Amino acid sequence: MSRAVAARAHPRPWAALAFTLLALAIGLGAYVLAGLGKRGHVPVQLALYGSILAVGELAAWLAIRRLAPAADPALFPTAAVLVGLGFAMIFRLSGGLAAEQATWIALGITAFCLTLWLVRDHRQLDAFTYTIGLAGIVLLLLPIVPGIGREINGARLWVRIGPIGFQPSELGKVLVVVFLASYLTQKRELLRVATWRLGPVRLPPAKHLMPVLVAWGTSLAILFLQRDMGASLLYFGIFVVMLWVATGRLAYLAIGGALFALGAWLGYRTFEHVQLRVDVWLHALDPDKVFAQGYGQLAQAWFGMGTGGLVGTGLGRGSPGLIPFAATDFIFAAIGEELGMLGTVAVLLLYVTLVGKGLRAALACADPFGRLLAAGLSAIVALQTFVIVGGITRVIPLTGVTLPFVSYGGSSLISNFVLLALLVRIDAGPAPSVRPRPPRPA
Amino acid sequence: MERQIRQLAAALALLFVVLLAQITHIQVIAAERLAEDPANAARQLIAEYQVDRGDILAADGRTVLATSKRSRGELRYERRYPLGALTAHITGYSSIVYGRSELEQAYDDFLAGDAPQLLPQTLTDMILGRPRRGASIVTTIDPAVQRAAAEALGDLPGGVAAIDPRTGDVLALVANPSYDPNPLSSHDPREIRRAWAALTEDPAKPLVSRASDELYPPGSTFKVVVAAAALAAGYGPGSRWPNPHVLDLPDTTHDLGNFGGVTCSGGAEITLADALRQSCNVVFGEIGLALGPKVLAAQARLFGFAPSPDEGEIPFDIPMQAGVFPDPSYFETHRPAVALSAIGQDQVATNPLHMALVAGAVANGGVMMRPRLVTEVRAPDGRVLETFEPEPISRPMSEIDAALLTRMMVDVVERGTGTAARIPGVRVAGKTGTAQHGEGLPPHAWFVAFAPAEDPQVAVAVIVLDGGSLGAEATGGRIAAPIARAVIEAALRR
Repeated sequence: MSRAVAARAHPRPWAALAFTLLALAIGLGAYVLAGLGKRGHVPVQLALYGSILAVGELAAWLAIRRLAPAADPALFPTAAVLVGLGFAMIFRLSGGLAAEQATWIALGITAFCLTLWLVRDHRQLDAFTYTIGLAGIVLLLLPIVPGIGREINGARLWVRIGPIGFQPSELGKVLVVVFLASYLTQKRELLRVATWRLGPVRLPPAKHLMPVLVAWGTSLAILFLQRDMGASLLYFGIFVVMLWVATGRLAYLAIGGALFALGAWLGYRTFEHVQLRVDVWLHALDPDKVFAQGYGQLAQAWFGMGTGGLVGTGLGRGSPGLIPFAATDFIFAAIGEELGMLGTVAVLLLYVTLVGKGLRAALACADPFGRLLAAGLSAIVALQTFVIVGGITRVIPLTGVTLPFVSYGGSSLISNFVLLALLVRIDAGPAPSVRPRPPRPA
Repeated sequence: MERQIRQLAAALALLFVVLLAQITHIQVIAAERLAEDPANAARQLIAEYQVDRGDILAADGRTVLATSKRSRGELRYERRYPLGALTAHITGYSSIVYGRSELEQAYDDFLAGDAPQLLPQTLTDMILGRPRRGASIVTTIDPAVQRAAAEALGDLPGGVAAIDPRTGDVLALVANPSYDPNPLSSHDPREIRRAWAALTEDPAKPLVSRASDELYPPGSTFKVVVAAAALAAGYGPGSRWPNPHVLDLPDTTHDLGNFGGVTCSGGAEITLADALRQSCNVVFGEIGLALGPKVLAAQARLFGFAPSPDEGEIPFDIPMQAGVFPDPSYFETHRPAVALSAIGQDQVATNPLHMALVAGAVANGGVMMRPRLVTEVRAPDGRVLETFEPEPISRPMSEIDAALLTRMMVDVVERGTGTAARIPGVRVAGKTGTAQHGEGLPPHAWFVAFAPAEDPQVAVAVIVLDGGSLGAEATGGRIAAPIARAVIEAALRR
């Protein structure tokens, strides 16, 4: 397998620094503008939060330079712009949340650097297939455990141990992708062979189909026991996508689609809140429902985005406070209100860039595990973005997940930084100290 | 795997294309509809109150009737009315719960900066990130006259209107009871609702101006209109009319008597001028019957009286109820009503602002001017954006008849029923009215006047409801004329 992408053969540390500084300038600029727009003066905590962002992002740049010098110079900065915009928006919505988010950003970047430092070579991860898989499933299902699981807003996806509350499924998401990449590269030859037919579909041996059913069962468990439709959809989706990428067998997409339809139908029949979600999706803006319980959120999001229009009201000058959960699940609508379509399109293009660079890293990676892992990590960022933005814009029924890197929330931010570190690692290849870079072909 | 990854990239790109398309739909195609959706009221309200709304100024261009004050909280500007209840029926209120009224409503485009003339400045403000500023409007209200009218009326229920007959400028418009627009315009919904409930539950209806929104029988002040019709029909001030004790009304056993049951002095016959001076109901009943409903109605139409309350149309800057004189067909089945209408009773109804316009038309050589409340609109930088010129709206009388009627009305004040309105050194023309509006109820006391008679600068109409402090003893001459005099004095000091 040839290294298709030549760009990384020329590490560009100064380009990376320039991009990082640009990302920092965008983030801090948005933060200052939000302060000016909302209060009419530069935010008083500018020095504190400004230095957290600056030190964090420059530390990340330095870590990449030392530990993954061959990485795409724009990969981390792309995420940094999203983090900066998200922080400005959160600050604009609530000063208190901004203080917490600054802490999470610092911890997230620390996790990013630690991951880069610990995972010197992504192939290390391939050695712990089942440990990682088990850890992932445990994290996903942890909130069900009585005593430590907490139900918030109708979904059971929080765990509280002592004073610390977190959403284990966020980190579980990353581990599950690592597990799948490892498992599927090992089994993909087996899964590729069709031995029997079910109607028009040719299927691999039943034994090898088991993982599909296990994944389906797990996502159903998440749906039924945690009532977390967003996560359920996401896991099953990423599983089917990775299975297909690994094997190239369209049958898996067909089976996956059928099982998804079955699961969705079961969920719809079983849960009133799922029926409500569908009705909200279809009728959020009907005049007689717009103020009804459960409908107002989407209506407010649309009103906000509509009021923002093409150029937005300006940071700090709209009323995103009217949108429930504006800092977490609905931050995209808040961006739409204050930065307009220019802002929302920019944010989506940043994700396109991020996902595109992740997939490029996948193509450029020499080993199948790394390829599948990079593809899976990129796909889950894309799918999660689609699930929440599509939910807010009523392309699909709304299921609450965070907007990666942008939404308020520690679990989400930290796990996405870990995810980013893995992408950077795969893109850059092994850390220099482990294996000196082989001499480049002329 | 490479092929699948490329296909995956294409599939994910497709998802983002779908999102981009939907965002274009929301933020461009449907944006305006969403922004203006009635359910988006909270955002619209916040946007509305982002604007540094323009001032409402008195005629002097300095006295502030309404202004915007920077407020804390999500709504940026709060409306304040420094003169409070004194000018509430002119400014109106600006409430986040109940909307706007009067000038706040009528000139909202200018005050809120929405008018096209303000576009260049609005764009500049937007680009510079400054709050949008609205234009100010300059009214015709003279604070001294407004205050004098309010003080003269005191606590009596009723209304006063004073205009400049040459331009139609409304110098004062006062009604009792009034209300304080400030609590209604606060940003505290509880305070607003409490104030609103108190005002709407009050049987005296303080939100409705008795000077221009309601209708009352004009009583003998309507004889001015009938006299104009008589003059136009060729009956001069010296024309002689029978002067019996009572008038036998057609089709009924009822008689029409003079006020207080007296016989007007002057003998068996009396002149038109004398009948007006003494306000003889019997004689004006005769004149009404002699002229007939068609002539009376036609004259009333020229003075702006409509056939019904819904059809009235006197163009005014804020909502105004024009007076009513029935259609001639009404009298076919109500023949005695002709005589009663000629003395301003039965279905005839009006209010002080309209009667000030009637007096003003007589004062202005027979030309009725459009009542004008706003003279100009000023941009925030002081530039005049728009001016509103005086405009005549009808000619109910010839110039000669107007001069004759003026002389007759001067007689009313100098040696008739309106002597309480006499001002030393000023010739005041006037007409009293004492209007019955129900069996056993104290009458409404009226006075309409203008001065100086030879060069009129002010026309006034006053109503005091239900006899005011005098109850059944009230007459226009006793209770309303002194109020009119105070207003005229204030206006002539301008």
